[in-house]
Amino acid sequence: MSVVNKVRINARTITDKEFFYGHKACAGCGGSLAVRHILKVLGERTFTVLPAGCMSAVGFNFPQLCFDSNAIISTFAGTASMMSGIAAGARALGLKDYHVVGIAGDGGTADIGLQALSGAIDRREKVIYICYDNEAYMNTGIQKSGLTPFGARTTTTPAGENIKGTVTTKKNMFEIVAAHGIDYAATASVGYIQDFINKIQKASEVDGTSYIHVYAPCPTGWGTETDVTIDLAKEVVDTGLWVLAEYEQGEFRLNRNPKSFAPVENYVRRQGRFKHLEDEDIAAIVHARDAKWEQIRNSWKLK
Amino acid sequence: MNRPALRKYVNPQYLSDLPEGPCYDAGHLVTVNAGWRTRKPVLDSEACTGCYICYMNCPEGVIFKSDGKVDIDYDFCKGCGICGNGCPKDAIVMIREGEA
Ligand SMILES: Cc1ncc(C[n+]2csc(CCOP(=O)(O)OP(=O)(O)O)c2C)c(N)n1
Ligand code: SF4
Ligand code: SF4
Ligand code: SF4
Ligand SMILES: [Mg+2]
Repeated sequence: MSVVNKVRINARTITDKEFFYGHKACAGCGGSLAVRHILKVLGERTFTVLPAGCMSAVGFNFPQLCFDSNAIISTFAGTASMMSGIAAGARALGLKDYHVVGIAGDGGTADIGLQALSGAIDRREKVIYICYDNEAYMNTGIQKSGLTPFGARTTTTPAGENIKGTVTTKKNMFEIVAAHGIDYAATASVGYIQDFINKIQKASEVDGTSYIHVYAPCPTGWGTETDVTIDLAKEVVDTGLWVLAEYEQGEFRLNRNPKSFAPVENYVRRQGRFKHLEDEDIAAIVHARDAKWEQIRNSWKLK
Repeated sequence: MNRPALRKYVNPQYLSDLPEGPCYDAGHLVTVNAGWRTRKPVLDSEACTGCYICYMNCPEGVIFKSDGKVDIDYDFCKGCGICGNGCPKDAIVMIREGEA
């Protein structure tokens, strides 16, 4: 993936400034790491919209304000509408050299905010929409969202004798967004932070709408240790359960096409939310993964 | 400073002490997070090679670059252990908070 015109942002060149500091996210929160890097890459002249969800809840605690650049909370459903309004306002004021970014959870994106997002893409608003996916409505106590994976236990999909957690599978937000013919869409994971940074930088240079879907583990909701967030976010990619890809000019491109996958079992077994799964359930997860990869390898550009 | 500074919380006496909108200015920090820690990262600067993996992976942004190596702002470190777990040189070890 190439980034044009600008210095490539990496561990050495990224700004020392922190724009998301002193926040109250749980220790080891993957979502907060995503927010931190989004704001660092986009820089000071950024308008950030966050709907109801963990990242707004942990950033705005009166009298404290943990965002150190311009940030505002939107209604839960209205992330992309507020972003569109800010973009229109900035245009009317003749502002130059700025970004409008929305950072919303999986519930805020795939469920309640989908309509506003669809409208913004349709209008080709010059905004960057980023979904941090912790696979449930975490801020209100771990309820199932449209992005909760098969088998995961949540408070609304408990695991018991009759039902083993979530019985549905994740909506494919990346392909839903791509189906709009969006200018740029990508998937990422906080476990591959340089790849994520490259994609944020690329989105910032797109003349139109861009969407990034970043995988962001949640120790509290997933029942995992606080120090394995990065490991899990790598492992989900290495197992093939999360695909790193881009969509541009009408074409899907796979960023990583591993010869073999890391064992799904290891990834699943270390998470409390999957504790009740039996071998046959894991086999079903592997089966679904393989079917998806076959379709991808047959129809997407590989690299 | 490259990050917002901690300031003292003053209980508002008059309406004029309150912000006009629903929040104070960006980066208005009045409480630390250090009290959340049960474990604490301890850095061995000799062993650190300055690869910045920990700097990139810290969700709090409390690891900062210092003379080609790194240092930690303990006021806001929550002790998650991501830095220690990911350091290829084992230059960060987690100890129980209160020990050493
Ligand atoms: C219209 C509306 N319905 C419900 C809520 C309550 N609510 C606030 S945050 C939240 C969960 C958000 O989940 P998600 O978007 O996945 O973000 P996360 O908290 O997981 O980071 C809910 C249901 C709300 N604020 N507004
Ligand atoms: S509940 Fe999960 S997503 Fe929310 S702040 Fe805690 S770790 Fe982060
Ligand atoms: S990960 Fe380890 S070696 Fe690398 S900068 Fe951090 S402490 Fe130093
Ligand atoms: S323990 Fe966690 S919060 Fe503290 S410095 Fe390490 S990664 Fe950052
Ligand atoms: Mg969520």
